[in-house]
Amino acid sequence: MAIVATTSRFSKIAWPTLAWVVALIFFFPIFYMVLTSFKTDADAVKPEFLFSFTPTLENYANMTENYDYWRFATNSVITSVLATLFALAVGVPCAYAMAFNPSRATKDVLMWMLSTKMLPAAAVLYPMTFLTKNVFGVFDTHFLVILVLCLINLPIVIWMLFTYFKDIPKDIIEAGKMDGLTTWGEVKEILIPLAWGGIVSTALLTFIFCWNEAYWTVRLTTIDAATLSKLIEGNRAPEGLFFGRLSAVSTAAVGPIIVLGWFCQKQLVSGLTFGAVK
Amino acid sequence: MSIKKTLLTTAVGFSLTAGAAAADGHTELTIAIVNNGHMINMQTVAEAYTEETGVQLNWVSLEEGVLREQVTSDTATGGGQYDIINIGMQEAPIWGAAGWIEPLELSDDYDVGDLLPAMANGLSADGTLYAAPFYGESSMVMYRKDLTDAAGVTIADNDSWDNVMAAAAAMHDPDNGVYGACLRGKPGWGDNMAFVTTMVNSFGGAWFDADMRPALDTEEWNAAINFYVELLGTYGPPGSEGNSFNEILALYNEGKCGLWIDATIAASFLEVDGVAYAQSPNAGNPVGANWLWAWAMAVPTGSPNSEAAHAFIEWATSKEYIQAVGNHPDFGWGSVPTGTRASTYEIAEFQAAAPFAAAEMAAIESAAPAATDLKPYVGVQFAAIPEFPEVGTAVAQEIAAALSGAKTVEEALEASQAAADAIMSEAGYY
Repeated sequence: MAIVATTSRFSKIAWPTLAWVVALIFFFPIFYMVLTSFKTDADAVKPEFLFSFTPTLENYANMTENYDYWRFATNSVITSVLATLFALAVGVPCAYAMAFNPSRATKDVLMWMLSTKMLPAAAVLYPMTFLTKNVFGVFDTHFLVILVLCLINLPIVIWMLFTYFKDIPKDIIEAGKMDGLTTWGEVKEILIPLAWGGIVSTALLTFIFCWNEAYWTVRLTTIDAATLSKLIEGNRAPEGLFFGRLSAVSTAAVGPIIVLGWFCQKQLVSGLTFGAVK
Repeated sequence: MSIKKTLLTTAVGFSLTAGAAAADGHTELTIAIVNNGHMINMQTVAEAYTEETGVQLNWVSLEEGVLREQVTSDTATGGGQYDIINIGMQEAPIWGAAGWIEPLELSDDYDVGDLLPAMANGLSADGTLYAAPFYGESSMVMYRKDLTDAAGVTIADNDSWDNVMAAAAAMHDPDNGVYGACLRGKPGWGDNMAFVTTMVNSFGGAWFDADMRPALDTEEWNAAINFYVELLGTYGPPGSEGNSFNEILALYNEGKCGLWIDATIAASFLEVDGVAYAQSPNAGNPVGANWLWAWAMAVPTGSPNSEAAHAFIEWATSKEYIQAVGNHPDFGWGSVPTGTRASTYEIAEFQAAAPFAAAEMAAIESAAPAATDLKPYVGVQFAAIPEFPEVGTAVAQEIAAALSGAKTVEEALEASQAAADAIMSEAGYY
């Protein structure tokens, strides 16, 4: 009994302590980035000002006055929200069809969709630039960024929704059919209410992926549709230590997504562990 | 049907937003720049240009590597994305000869003759200037005079490498956090190889022989790289294979470096007292011992606003621009872009604000980018050929491996020679 009690007491202290240590290690870079954003560029690289310094908002003022932060942020919101909505609009019916009316090719189609994620983006940079600029004339438009973000995230969206939909007993869907529901009625009245948690998790993750995407949003935009990824990219300097202003830009870019994740962490954890043992 | 309509309307709506901004009659210039101090300052100083001319300026600031990639893909697909681009000395002559950028049309008032000859030549192809230098740099020794005085050593202009090693040894005091020599070690053709190439040049080596075959298996390369590995491995800070300009700048400003050989522009960022300057050391061959680089402005072929773009470049690289920065309340004479015009170095206010001015000017003037019997290519720390970034990057990895001890110098150079030979052979040079 004494051994059990000791072990239990140890577990109660050790595991939470370990969890806190790991969490702090992961959180430290973000904390340090936020801290640095309130230092001048000169103070940011001096070890004596690591924690003790005179805070300044000049980096944030510079970001909004000289770097047009709000234009980049607005573009990020527009493209991420619409790309997520379009991806769901395509993904829900697609996953529904594959989950409840599978064919012999369903598994292969799912694998094929996932395999498209393995294509190195750089391999299609030139054709993408040529087609979007010279053939379709949509380079540096919101439409192009939304389309690209939607398409590159579609495989993940369909896979996640497919996994959630598979957990719903097929009998319920068939019962709806017996009661005279159309296909759209089945989706609207049965599927969406039952899989609402999964759809929200998928939407949140897709939104985060869209927000953080940097390869295409940097390369397929110039001014009009440039997102926060491009703003961060432009603040990296080969000659000169501008860590204060870079930290401010990075903080302002990841801030909204961290706040969103904070409020929706329950759904996010559920989304991130999809497919795990339930 | 309604869903189709909605999607189509949305698509067309977003597509049109791009063109709407420029449709109100104003001339707009889209300018791609690298993110460094002088370029950032230009965005503020150029507000006066917009006020005066009505030309709207859209700045696209990009990291150096991404800028090259994006400008290359834009140019290769017919251009039009940018009206003005920031390019370096490696690209300007190649892109000019290929017709990717337009020859510069400059008025008589511009005073082309005032441009430093090394800069003008490095940005030209077949005698035609394709890019105007915005700021230029060479390399030199920056060292702590207090430490050399305390150790009883001196570093002279164009000193021998042996003396530089002796000075580094005398200042080396790792127990108190001071390392004798801080040099670039991070792999990259513009990182460790910029410095290493100047060192090899000073030992009498070159990247290619007269037939453009790689010459990395020569005694000169072997001697230079062995010296580099010994100097930095013995008297450099730990983890030097991860250090380039920014990392060493931070170390230097923390007082952890005795001497640093790097871009002259570093001098304007140094915040420690008692810094002294000397021309780059050499091992008997001063030609190519200090590098030459410029960030310049060019007009890509296909720019829809070519005339306005040329006019802006003329203003941004003029004597008047230097005056505008020097007299600007936010900047001053310590912030003017240097290394482009001889007249800048004659300005008394600039001389007073920049103690490194004379050393920088001497370094730039002595840089020798022209092809010689020793090296059949243009460029000091690079070869102005399209294949160089690939060759330089492959060799950079090997040199970093030698520095970290993962390979011997001989193994690294053997692998470098093989990699460079494969690239040059495939490119059809021989």
